[in-house]
Amino acid sequence: MRVSIPTPLRSYTQASEVEATGATVGELLTELDRRYPGIRFRMIDEQDAVRPHVRIFVNRESVARLERALAPGDEVQILQALSGG
Amino acid sequence: MTTETVPARTGEVVLLVGTRKGVFLLHANRARARWSLDGPHFLGHIAHHVVLDPRDGRTLLVAAKTGHLGPTVFRSTDLGKIWREASRPPAFPKAKDAAGGRVVDHVFWLTPSVAAEPDVWYAGTSPPALFRSEDAGDGWRPVSGWNDHPNWALWTEGGKDGTPGGSLLHSINVDPRDPRHLYIGLSGGGVFESTDGGGDWRPLNRGCEATFKPDPAPEFGHDPHCVRLHPLAPDVLWQQNHCGIYRMERPQGIWERVGERMPREVGDIGFPIELHPRDPDTAWVFPMDGTDVWPRTSPDGRPAVFVTRDAGRSWHRGDAGLPDEHAWLTVLRQAMTVDAHDPVGVYFGTTGGEVWASTDEGESWTCIARHLPHVFSLEAAELEP
Repeated sequence: MRVSIPTPLRSYTQASEVEATGATVGELLTELDRRYPGIRFRMIDEQDAVRPHVRIFVNRESVARLERALAPGDEVQILQALSGG
Repeated sequence: MTTETVPARTGEVVLLVGTRKGVFLLHANRARARWSLDGPHFLGHIAHHVVLDPRDGRTLLVAAKTGHLGPTVFRSTDLGKIWREASRPPAFPKAKDAAGGRVVDHVFWLTPSVAAEPDVWYAGTSPPALFRSEDAGDGWRPVSGWNDHPNWALWTEGGKDGTPGGSLLHSINVDPRDPRHLYIGLSGGGVFESTDGGGDWRPLNRGCEATFKPDPAPEFGHDPHCVRLHPLAPDVLWQQNHCGIYRMERPQGIWERVGERMPREVGDIGFPIELHPRDPDTAWVFPMDGTDVWPRTSPDGRPAVFVTRDAGRSWHRGDAGLPDEHAWLTVLRQAMTVDAHDPVGVYFGTTGGEVWASTDEGESWTCIARHLPHVFSLEAAELEP
């Protein structure tokens, strides 16, 4: 499935969009981290919570739980909010 | 006091500048009279601390995060030519109850251990936790003797004491005679000591004031801003505290407020304290205004560095070259450093993005960089030919 990557994480992927697989959002992020070491911890903390300024959308629906199931063809968007100066 | 004699260093001095928006390097020529700026590296990343390993002279670590991504450590083993991210950055274990689990907000402080422990580093974080790496900063594990100590929540107020930027663990000092002997500073919480490699800890705050507490002399709860252990005289500790400048001799273990001998109109409040690399009786501080609502800027807008050369019995003002009015500088706890040349170079970086240098041990000053982002840390590294 297609996964869009926000600019702050493109130093890992060198691309704005990558193809990845996983039966859940958690598995997808583990796959991304295997290919792009370190990327998961920048988005997900050690208690498996999505960091406060990161949002993950599946088919444009916001997802907070890594257990959320994925199906082939789902579109995953990782977005990052900016605030402050 | 008997100390080992060590020769002055003669290599190229490089200042490692950690800022709110990235890392910069300031390279000196041999005379330390001309400086060239290299950077930014990691532009946009918050770099709380940038440290070169003095044991190999090549390994650089950067404590980094962005405003919106999680914390990490970047590392280079070739003096910054190639950077890689730590494969396992400092992180707490996953809690059985995720709601009760702690999360590292940022890595604040980095300390390489001593020569007897090559490749060992310590990291202090917010919330105030301690992590150890045994592979030159690639993989980090919690020091559970501290992080899970039965008194951790009591000593750290649950890691939520309200310090701007978060409650911090900093000033990690390793006794060069015994790497199992560790000191740490907590803002807030106080100074703590371990003699078993971090397995157990005890407060080390006798004699130190905590005027912001109901009991002005509690066992813990103090606010050390910066604690330094002299490598040649490791039975002497210095501390720039929220409540003044202190010095301790072991084994008595009582802090003496040597800052009371500072000029009254200047006071002895500040963040950093730096020690002479070869003379344990010499220390530099950068006083800031701790009156009224605590502006924490240069007193009266007249910045100066003060030095003691007699273990705190007297202090001398050094301000030649610094602005003599309307300069409201703030220097944070990691933003002052010294090199090991003779005479010693003393340096500080300001939250207004300036870096100042003195090559005559703090008597006279030159601004060697301006318009940088808010400076968090400054470390002098020596590159030997």
